[in-house]
Amino acid sequence: MAVIRATDPPAERLDREALIADLQRRFHCDVAATESGTIASIRVTDLSELRPLCRSLFWDAGCGFGGIVVEERPQSWEVRYIFLARFAGWIEVLVSLPLSATTLPSISAEVHAADWHEREVEDLFGLRFEQHPRLGDFILHDQFWGEGLAPFRKRFDISKAHSNGQNNVSWRPLLVVRDPGAFAMPVGPVYEGGIGESVHFMLETVGEDVLRAIPRLFFNFRAVEKIAEGKDVGQALLLAERFAAKSSFAHSLAFCAAVERISGVNVPLRAKQLRVLLSELERLRHHAGVIAGICESTALAVSAAHAAIIEERLLRASCCFTGHRYLFGLNIPGGLRRDFTEQQCQDLLSAVRLAAKQLETLEDRLSFTSSFLDRLEEAGVVAPETARDLNLVGPVGRASGCGHDLRKECPYGLYKQYEFQVPSEKQGDGYARLRVLFQEAYQSGTLVGDLISSLDSGPIHAPCQSRQGFALGWVEAPIGATLHWLRLGESGLVERYRIITPSFNNWLGFHVAVEDFAFQDFPIILATFGLSATECDR
Amino acid sequence: MSFWFWNGLRRGIQTTRYPKSMELERGVSPGRPVATSFKSSAEAEQAAGQCPVGAIVARDSVADLELGRCVYCQRCHFGARYPLDWKYDYEWAQIFPGAQDFAVLPKPYRKSLHVIVVDAGDCGACLHEVKQLNNPLYNVHRLGIFFTPTPRAADVLLVVGPVSENMRVPLQKTYEAMPDPKRVLAVGACAISGGVFGRSAMSAGGVASILPVDLEIPGDPPPPLAILHGLLVATGRKVPAAGAQVS
Ligand code: SF4
Repeated sequence: MAVIRATDPPAERLDREALIADLQRRFHCDVAATESGTIASIRVTDLSELRPLCRSLFWDAGCGFGGIVVEERPQSWEVRYIFLARFAGWIEVLVSLPLSATTLPSISAEVHAADWHEREVEDLFGLRFEQHPRLGDFILHDQFWGEGLAPFRKRFDISKAHSNGQNNVSWRPLLVVRDPGAFAMPVGPVYEGGIGESVHFMLETVGEDVLRAIPRLFFNFRAVEKIAEGKDVGQALLLAERFAAKSSFAHSLAFCAAVERISGVNVPLRAKQLRVLLSELERLRHHAGVIAGICESTALAVSAAHAAIIEERLLRASCCFTGHRYLFGLNIPGGLRRDFTEQQCQDLLSAVRLAAKQLETLEDRLSFTSSFLDRLEEAGVVAPETARDLNLVGPVGRASGCGHDLRKECPYGLYKQYEFQVPSEKQGDGYARLRVLFQEAYQSGTLVGDLISSLDSGPIHAPCQSRQGFALGWVEAPIGATLHWLRLGESGLVERYRIITPSFNNWLGFHVAVEDFAFQDFPIILATFGLSATECDR
Repeated sequence: MSFWFWNGLRRGIQTTRYPKSMELERGVSPGRPVATSFKSSAEAEQAAGQCPVGAIVARDSVADLELGRCVYCQRCHFGARYPLDWKYDYEWAQIFPGAQDFAVLPKPYRKSLHVIVVDAGDCGACLHEVKQLNNPLYNVHRLGIFFTPTPRAADVLLVVGPVSENMRVPLQKTYEAMPDPKRVLAVGACAISGGVFGRSAMSAGGVASILPVDLEIPGDPPPPLAILHGLLVATGRKVPAAGAQVS
């Protein structure tokens, strides 16, 4: 990888129009019209300028990187590089290629966060990125799949079985460390006390110290983006909600936001308020779960038990409130499926207050437990410049001073109207991540209280006709920014659905940022990142 | 740091009494839709049409349920034109329809059961609910149920998820490494019927297409107590839900 350039992102608001005018002056590009004003679109006409242009956006202007959306249109490839101009909306860099094209320039040497996006595109679409050092064997594991399958091409029929189900026994993982005495220790995909997500790690070690932990993900790859194609909005919503349950409300909200933007529906006020409420409830419950995981990883059993009880009580409160422990079935395009009574809101409020109070007690106790702190402090340090370089999102990014929070920087729904703080730390170690989680959980608890005391009455749903068009929906999910890019065809069926998840982003960051640690710290570092494999895999 | 000790004592026992007596706290289960009678068969058809995954089957004027398919989209529940009745229980584990002569595990397993869980393309919900069983509120250790990371020590295989193509071989290997006698439990709609992911090039559409399944635990996700019920059924400490006889 290229040398890391430490530039502090400008904290102040970017001027998107001036930025684009400046790009137009320096590069050959058109400013294309977009259907909605939320995204400013720049079309690159000279492919050789793609890389410097993206570089300029990410490093010089200090934009955040969203992700890459590839689409196979009837006549051409359309590739969108999505950037976030902080506090000023989205910018997409659009590249069109003839369908016969098989390569395009790689930007990941400049924007490191694009690395996995490019590998994913190569695996799923068969588009190669020039000069990318490591393509292939990513989503489609080489021991099960041959190269050149390109399952996301339109001509590929996903409904039929394609794998031969064989295990290619001659397959060997790529080893990076090649020193005398160095070896790679495989862990997974079935591991972790019997109850863990399917991830495989190659721990490259020279004995006690692990130099690198290279994750091998996508065991849970179910091709959600592809099987959504050709489905109607109602069916696709089921997928959006169920591919990653720990942040199901955030993902279904992002999907609904995209549909609503396409249809031009105005969601009623009460539904907007309730959506904020439910998002914060989910964040609180999610963070309680991650905190329980961290306590468990340090083998401090009593604290783990306390945190787990807090989480389970929140799950029960969610179930009493909404009818589902993981908030399934609530979001629908145009609003919410159900309303809540005053009594239900009050019951939820007391449960949330209790949880927040117990979390405070827990944090207080933990901060006096030296055996616990010893294991977290300086574990898995991610320096601020690394976090910026890898575009880390969510609590993990914020613990390293890289605080993109879409609720503030690109507010959606009603977030502009509510007071809350986005915690930020500089140390970037496991303890900083834990502190950020606690702070965010308190903020969410307070927000739930504010919302319940100020709920307006009114309808909770506006009729939403699906129309032709495309749009981006974005939400700050509990682990970070998630983007759902959706194109609906003429009959209102899904043509392309792209899900960019915070876990995808942060898993890349995890293995690049976390190097050289003691073997017994591995579960702790992993727990403090709070990553979800299934959300990454889709 | 003695405050941990005192704090633990002060909280007292919070663990559920289940299976000795039923757990009645609200929120331990999202409930389930149950067969509902309508005025006419046309209405029952309409009720069945509400379901996006075909879990509701109209039989004359009754809308019957195939709970193993239900993904809890709530479309037959909140704000539905033809709402189904809901029942708030959790003893849902039943013998898998395709299972041949299911037999409970021999007696020694009643007080010591080792369980391995394989995440085969799960969304995280079922897996999380299994994890909750280790939580003090459920604490399955008291019943002699232990989770183990190694298939060699496992008696029961819990599979969550529709079995993604990349997990097919690890799942098979896990099963083969388990000693006899062993039982396979499909946990959740995805493991039973493929759920929203269905059958595709990347998903096997349920565990049964890969391994012989003994019991199924419906729900999306099934709450922790439903999973516990399934484990108790496997050892013969509880009877399965749908009346079927255990030999
Ligand atoms: S909740 Fe949804 S999936 Fe389940 S039976 Fe009702 S309509 Fe069908």
